[in-house]
Amino acid sequence: MVLDVHEWALADSVLTTALNYANGKKIKKIVVVVGELQQIELEIFKLALEELKKLYNVEAEIVIEEEEAIFKCNSCGYEWSFRDTLDKLDEATKESIHFIPELSHSFIRCPRCGSPDYEIVKGRGVYIKEIEVEKR
Amino acid sequence: MIDPRIAGAKKRLSKVKRIFVVLSGKGGVGKTLFSSTLALVLAKKGINVGLFDMDFQGPTCHVVLGARDVYPEEEKGIIPPKIHDVRFLSIIFFLGENPAPLRGSDRTNVILELLSITNWNDTEVLIIDMPPGSGDDVLDVIKFIDNKEFIVISTPSALSIETVSRLLRLLKEQDLNVLGLVENMSESEKLKGLAEKFKVSYLGNIPFDPSVEDALGNPLKLLDTNFAKHVEEIAIRII
Repeated sequence: MVLDVHEWALADSVLTTALNYANGKKIKKIVVVVGELQQIELEIFKLALEELKKLYNVEAEIVIEEEEAIFKCNSCGYEWSFRDTLDKLDEATKESIHFIPELSHSFIRCPRCGSPDYEIVKGRGVYIKEIEVEKR
Repeated sequence: MIDPRIAGAKKRLSKVKRIFVVLSGKGGVGKTLFSSTLALVLAKKGINVGLFDMDFQGPTCHVVLGARDVYPEEEKGIIPPKIHDVRFLSIIFFLGENPAPLRGSDRTNVILELLSITNWNDTEVLIIDMPPGSGDDVLDVIKFIDNKEFIVISTPSALSIETVSRLLRLLKEQDLNVLGLVENMSESEKLKGLAEKFKVSYLGNIPFDPSVEDALGNPLKLLDTNFAKHVEEIAIRII
């Protein structure tokens, strides 16, 4: 089944968090940011969210915003985008970073100084930017 | 900004009945061997057991278990593979032979990511093998895992006692559930006094067993060592 994947777990965490936050109130809208480092398959993620909405009886509008992944070297200060290194990675490496984005540190080096010591400034993975619930 | 993984991790772990967190003040006192052997001993008793190697910068539980060419299945997240009936999760599945140069905040993210996507399925007891010390990783376990019980391990060396005392002080100060203290590589019960001082149970001593080294990677041989027999006695006390 196409939904038996990692994206399902991420989608489930999003809805569980929103339901906890709403505490019984109706959820109107959830804004989810998806960082590109995690290489989420957006269509599968959206499908999982729709399935889980039915399962949890949630009618909220879900807005997904994509965020570019940016790294900044702690050693030399250089800033670069994950996109710049993406085509140099093999499929197995991409898969590892998909499951654990921090493993970029195991596979990607600063293009200027070669250091593995850099920050993921933004675009790491999935987070919730906004949850709108109905006022009572 | 809300991190959805915190609720995800708590939800997935809520189905596990008991979570043992194996800690020490210093490295090299036998956490990994104890955690891995405890997992094997419990599995042999028919308990559904999981083992999570949380020492991301020095993962070695796979060496003890002889876990090679295994990978988690994907099912609404990931299901850790079973090695000798132990459901086993390690960063090595994703890391291969590469190093993991991770700062503290990165390790926090790895812990949350793995806990929020892992289906432990029918696991009754989860054992977490921690990195040494009381840094970010311990604070993360305290913050993100609800129903945890700490097992603290030390050798009778003054160097280990010095650091484990600070660790016990922290756990007691925070009113955490400490299951007890294990004295490793020791013929006698030298650390009973330390356990009494911090009002934690003394779980027993495990003499140094040179045959363990040859049993690494071979769980059946490991279970047959004197070391494993002592771990089993401790297992009976805590289950």
